[in-house]
Amino acid sequence: MTAEMTLRRPAKRRLARILPLTRTWGVALLLSLMLAASVAVSLTLGSFPTTPAAVARALAYPASSDIGFIVWELRLPRIGLAVLVGAALAVAGAILQGIVRNPLASPDVIGITSGAAMAAVVFLALFSASMNALWLPLAAMAGALLAALLVFSLAWKKGVTPARLVLVGIGLSAAMGAVTTLLIVISDDAAAMHAYVWLTGSIYGAQWHDVLGMLPSLALCLPLCFILARHMDALALGDSIAQGLGVNIARSRLVLVASSVALAGSAVAFAGGLSFVGLIAPHIATRLVGRGFARQVPIAALVGSLIVLYADLLGRVAFLPKDLPAGIFVSGIGAPFFVYLLHKSRS
Amino acid sequence: MLTTRRAKSVGLILGLGLTLLAFVTSIALGTTPISPATLSSALLHYDPSQVNHIILLTERLPRAVVAALVGASLAIAGALMQTMTRNPLASPGILGINAGAMFFVVVTVSLLPLSSPAEYVWPALLGAFVAAVLVILLSRGRHGEVSPLRVVLAGVAVTALFVSFSQGLLIVDQQGFESVLFWLAGSVAGRDLALVTPLLPLFLVAIVICAVLARHANALLLGEDMVKGLGINVTTIKALLGLAVILLAGSSVAIAGMIGFVGLIVPHMARGLFGLDHRWMLPGCALLGACLLLTADVAARFLMPPQDVPVGVMTALIGTPFFIYIARREAGHHTKGRA
Repeated sequence: MTAEMTLRRPAKRRLARILPLTRTWGVALLLSLMLAASVAVSLTLGSFPTTPAAVARALAYPASSDIGFIVWELRLPRIGLAVLVGAALAVAGAILQGIVRNPLASPDVIGITSGAAMAAVVFLALFSASMNALWLPLAAMAGALLAALLVFSLAWKKGVTPARLVLVGIGLSAAMGAVTTLLIVISDDAAAMHAYVWLTGSIYGAQWHDVLGMLPSLALCLPLCFILARHMDALALGDSIAQGLGVNIARSRLVLVASSVALAGSAVAFAGGLSFVGLIAPHIATRLVGRGFARQVPIAALVGSLIVLYADLLGRVAFLPKDLPAGIFVSGIGAPFFVYLLHKSRS
Repeated sequence: MLTTRRAKSVGLILGLGLTLLAFVTSIALGTTPISPATLSSALLHYDPSQVNHIILLTERLPRAVVAALVGASLAIAGALMQTMTRNPLASPGILGINAGAMFFVVVTVSLLPLSSPAEYVWPALLGAFVAAVLVILLSRGRHGEVSPLRVVLAGVAVTALFVSFSQGLLIVDQQGFESVLFWLAGSVAGRDLALVTPLLPLFLVAIVICAVLARHANALLLGEDMVKGLGINVTTIKALLGLAVILLAGSSVAIAGMIGFVGLIVPHMARGLFGLDHRWMLPGCALLGACLLLTADVAARFLMPPQDVPVGVMTALIGTPFFIYIARREAGHHTKGRA
């Protein structure tokens, strides 16, 4: 099929050789424009009706505007958190799918999501009366890290093979999911409801410090992804080939998994169980720009941001006066698009 | 792992014994303990004036039968899915079966005044079939070939779609969904035997398919080119095994709702004990699945007495330690190249 295409479209092929990333750049540009436009639209929509002009004025001069507070303190942090969380989950998913060489992998698979969920529900069930809710993200992040550590150490036996990592991961995830359900069953209604919303995934009531909390892991791990992209592509070919290409398998794998844990861990901490983004965004990226980790990462991040942004927008404005958790709409938005891409890519 | 034929046979017989023990325990234990002697007398000379006999035949026995049947079916279906997609993360849910059943039940409940799990059986079964057919249609390439990767991806997409539709419906109309939520959590309690009997032919067909095709399923593990080289028609084999999965998992979901863990994890346990040969592994799955679900159901009755703990929670809690042990010991060389 490639040969056929080369014969039919030589000009494009030649162009691609000069600018090897043409298609990726095009898609990236398009997605970035979409994201910018969506952020702008998202800013003007909400339970309080606002005109675009008023929002623009409020953005420029928050002090002199009536809606300065709404725009700067309610909508903007929420939009910012949606964008960052989506990007982090998408990149975490892309890393894991590459590492364990399994298209079904997502941050769930090494226990990150279920660990965070369990910690969050323990916190909500036992400490929510006595401690400030500000500690919830911290508890969730600690849970994610502990779970990942536990999975890694249980899967460790003179090194970690992807197969063992996956098996131990799904086993522990199942157990932690069971404990979570159990805790919800025994806790009182208010805590249970809170836990349900958390598990569905929501960025309701996001504040600027949440947005800031997302930044360290993204700032640290995104550059790492590009640095290690070649190693990642080599690992995708199998351990022995990667070794032959001069990759230090154990070290690269550890660094990559650690970045994935940091990204997904912080995303889950601030937004709860939105992990479907981590599963589907990398696949959408692959369908859009093909394989190759360096290409996949930015596209997946943009796709993830768009999905979470729209999911939250829908939850915020579609069912007014209700403000529904974004997690409900994440699959509703991601899945149809993915079905379309899958159908189109029949070959 | 059990390596010789002899050891495997002993293993299967032992498994059968354990399953029978779990079955009897499931019947005997509960808020009113019933002795095994009462069981035999109830079966042989049923006396409607005795409360124990009534409890036994209307509640305990159906519950145990359903647990054993559903546990065995889900485990076998999961094993077949993992073989066909060559993916250790695959479970019957990957074919969209659970999500389809859930969606159809939610739609039916919002249109018709249904209220008990017994009335969900047919919509759930229909939903499971529709979703599975949709996944298979979507995963066909241009020339009608079905690759494992596309099945998995299409399954994920269709599952997500149906789940989000159902969640949407549940949110728009929150009244009257209490029983649906209960059904979603998965349970083997309160299922009448009359509910199960019409589905028995489906289970039977699936079991026959598995028995006949176990050897061919082994060949699928070698990769499709190899199977073609052996002169086996891959498409037919896969279609029949796929049908078996739909029948087994679809009927199970229809009867018992969503019971997690069994379809995903038990096949790995069986593989760890009996190896990759489906002729040993599938019976192993059936016994382990039945045994696990029976035990979990008994444990769920006693964990927090007034509370009904979802049986899926107990399967995970009981099964995980054993599973991790097996994964650590065996995953290295058994699923090599399959993850």
